[in-house]
Amino acid sequence: MTKKEWPLWEIFIRGQHGLNHRHVGSLHAPDAEMAIRNARDVYTRRKEGVSIWAVPSAAITASSPSEKGPMFDPAESKVYRHPTFFDIPDEVGHM
Amino acid sequence: MYAQMVKSEGMKSLEEMSPEERAFQERVDRNEKIEPKEWMPEGYRKTLIRQIGQHAHSEIVGQLPEANWITRAPTLERKAILLAKVQDEAGHGLYLYSAAETLGISRDQLTEKLLSGDMKYSSIFNYPTLTWADMGAVGWLVDGAAIMNQVPLQRTSYGPYSRAMIRICKEESFHQRQGYAVMMKMAQGTPEQKEMAQDALNRFWFPALMMFGPSDKDSVHSAQSMAWKIKMNTNDELRQKFVDETVPQAEFLGLTVPDETLRWNEEKGGYDFAEPDWAEFFEVIKGNGPCNEERLGARREAWDNGAWFREGLTAYADKAAARRAASNMAAE
Amino acid sequence: MPSLPDAAMPDAAALAQRAAAEQAHDPHLADVALKPAFFDWLCRMGDNSLILGHRISEWCGHGPALEEDIAQANTALDLIGQTQMWLGLAAEVEDAGRSADDLAYLRDAMKFRNLKLLELPNGDLAVTLMRQFLFDAFHFELLTALCRSSSPRVAEIAAKALKEVSYHLERSSDLVVRLGDGTEESHARMQAALDKVWPYTGEMFAADGVDEAVAKAGIAPELSELLPLWQRTVAQVLSEATLSQPDRDFAAQKGGKQGRHTEHLGYILAEMQFLQRAYPGASW
Repeated sequence: MTKKEWPLWEIFIRGQHGLNHRHVGSLHAPDAEMAIRNARDVYTRRKEGVSIWAVPSAAITASSPSEKGPMFDPAESKVYRHPTFFDIPDEVGHM
Repeated sequence: MYAQMVKSEGMKSLEEMSPEERAFQERVDRNEKIEPKEWMPEGYRKTLIRQIGQHAHSEIVGQLPEANWITRAPTLERKAILLAKVQDEAGHGLYLYSAAETLGISRDQLTEKLLSGDMKYSSIFNYPTLTWADMGAVGWLVDGAAIMNQVPLQRTSYGPYSRAMIRICKEESFHQRQGYAVMMKMAQGTPEQKEMAQDALNRFWFPALMMFGPSDKDSVHSAQSMAWKIKMNTNDELRQKFVDETVPQAEFLGLTVPDETLRWNEEKGGYDFAEPDWAEFFEVIKGNGPCNEERLGARREAWDNGAWFREGLTAYADKAAARRAASNMAAE
Repeated sequence: MPSLPDAAMPDAAALAQRAAAEQAHDPHLADVALKPAFFDWLCRMGDNSLILGHRISEWCGHGPALEEDIAQANTALDLIGQTQMWLGLAAEVEDAGRSADDLAYLRDAMKFRNLKLLELPNGDLAVTLMRQFLFDAFHFELLTALCRSSSPRVAEIAAKALKEVSYHLERSSDLVVRLGDGTEESHARMQAALDKVWPYTGEMFAADGVDEAVAKAGIAPELSELLPLWQRTVAQVLSEATLSQPDRDFAAQKGGKQGRHTEHLGYILAEMQFLQRAYPGASW
């Protein structure tokens, strides 16, 4: 087996609110099925009720993309991923 | 910073530039984002690969000093929080490698450059984490210093880098706060815990200051990177800002910053503070820090031991694709 | 920065009190005769997820690819979360003033009730994944049955855990298939891993007095009912993975559920419990 890099995939996610799929980032995976699964682990932290598209990066034809930053949705049960989970006294100032 | 001493190409004035270069610079000056397939100076591309690559490597190597304590975290909740944080760092590495990949280099190529020592990662991760208080100090000081740099980089000129930074900054704020929360528990805890907290601050203070890199007021590289908006502030500006924000936080904890010369300077509206030992910094960068060998060794081991896994999955994907093709043919 | 409104994080005590008040009445919690077995069984559930979660968390930062590193951490996080729920309920049933953390950090090896399978060292990732798959296939069937538990508290935890474990099983079975049917090397490693952990799998189905007592109370299923379900999944996945089921007694290694462990557990506890043991009474 010669060394062959897992191809790159572009990941698009539609949240529960019925908005269009949006590009959230990229990742590597050996095939489409694993790209979808990796996307669940990397980009949704497996929050349910989302639809994921995985597109081989090589299959994308681009003009000059210009888009805003991706959304980040932490899984609801992992509250400690939110800064406000940590109680920092006001005296300490902004953090 | 996570990207320290990134070499950039020589600086030209607008008059010296080719028409393409000038048009490019003017777009950057207008705060337009540069996107992957668009024309860019070769120096811009190369500098970005070095900088984003170094930043990505720092995230991945940066998992190690904290992962060192996941199995020893003192409560189930602390264990989950620390694990989630170190996992985020892997995610940050992934976002940054992806951004670098838009510049015409692959993740495997970047990884090989890290493992061969061809590319560097931040000096800070070559220091050991010796007690649980270090989980506090790393979150508070190391992530705190990283945020100083990363927040302005959300506005960087290269689109994919800027977007990766936006995503990362959203996650980093929880990191610093969890670190400070650990520090508070320790500083308000038993005498032994307080001693650990002070010791952690003593050990991480100067290495944290080194993260911003040596003074860059005379650096040509730095000037070019700032003109391209891939570096948004000078090292000294960021270091000053970090000290000014961190000292009161240390005071609140009842801990002492290990710098006898530290004092408030009314005139400049900031603290005067001692420089870190730059000789030590250069030694660490060269590979002679306390943990360089362990850190790179761990990354090499993960990569080498994982080869069969990556190759096995590739082989299966190829076979499955061939099987699908064969059954499609049969169906026709 | 996105942030939850502060109102979303009321103080933990009030939250716990409200949650307790909303809790469905569970007659088993007051059943004195059942208590020792119920407590022991809950420790088995909690210790399984604790020890496996601990083992998987050892991979963090050392995975073969970033995507796999992140996925493993997700599994570990799920299992640590499940530990908090199971050991939390165990502490409540015991009613002796101990917390989930006390149970995790202040019991010695002979009081741990996890399967021996889960404390085995991670090995080469083939072992980690094979162990994960064989346990997931059991865990999935067990939790599915527990959703119908006569204990509303148990059913509630099982329902939450089942969502996570369904995904664990999907992931681990797929990886076993892919790596079993991958390269010659990945096939050989997966087969070696299967041969190695196989004798530890029978313990999952070996019922003792504790299992019988909770089954009789309707809290948990008869373990023998789960065996054919597990065997079917395992046979199907191994066949697709081109791996052969070992010709060895699958129940040769038992005792973890009764506190008779491998030598590995002591080292896990030495590491995991270090801070709580070295600084008794400190708050972290």
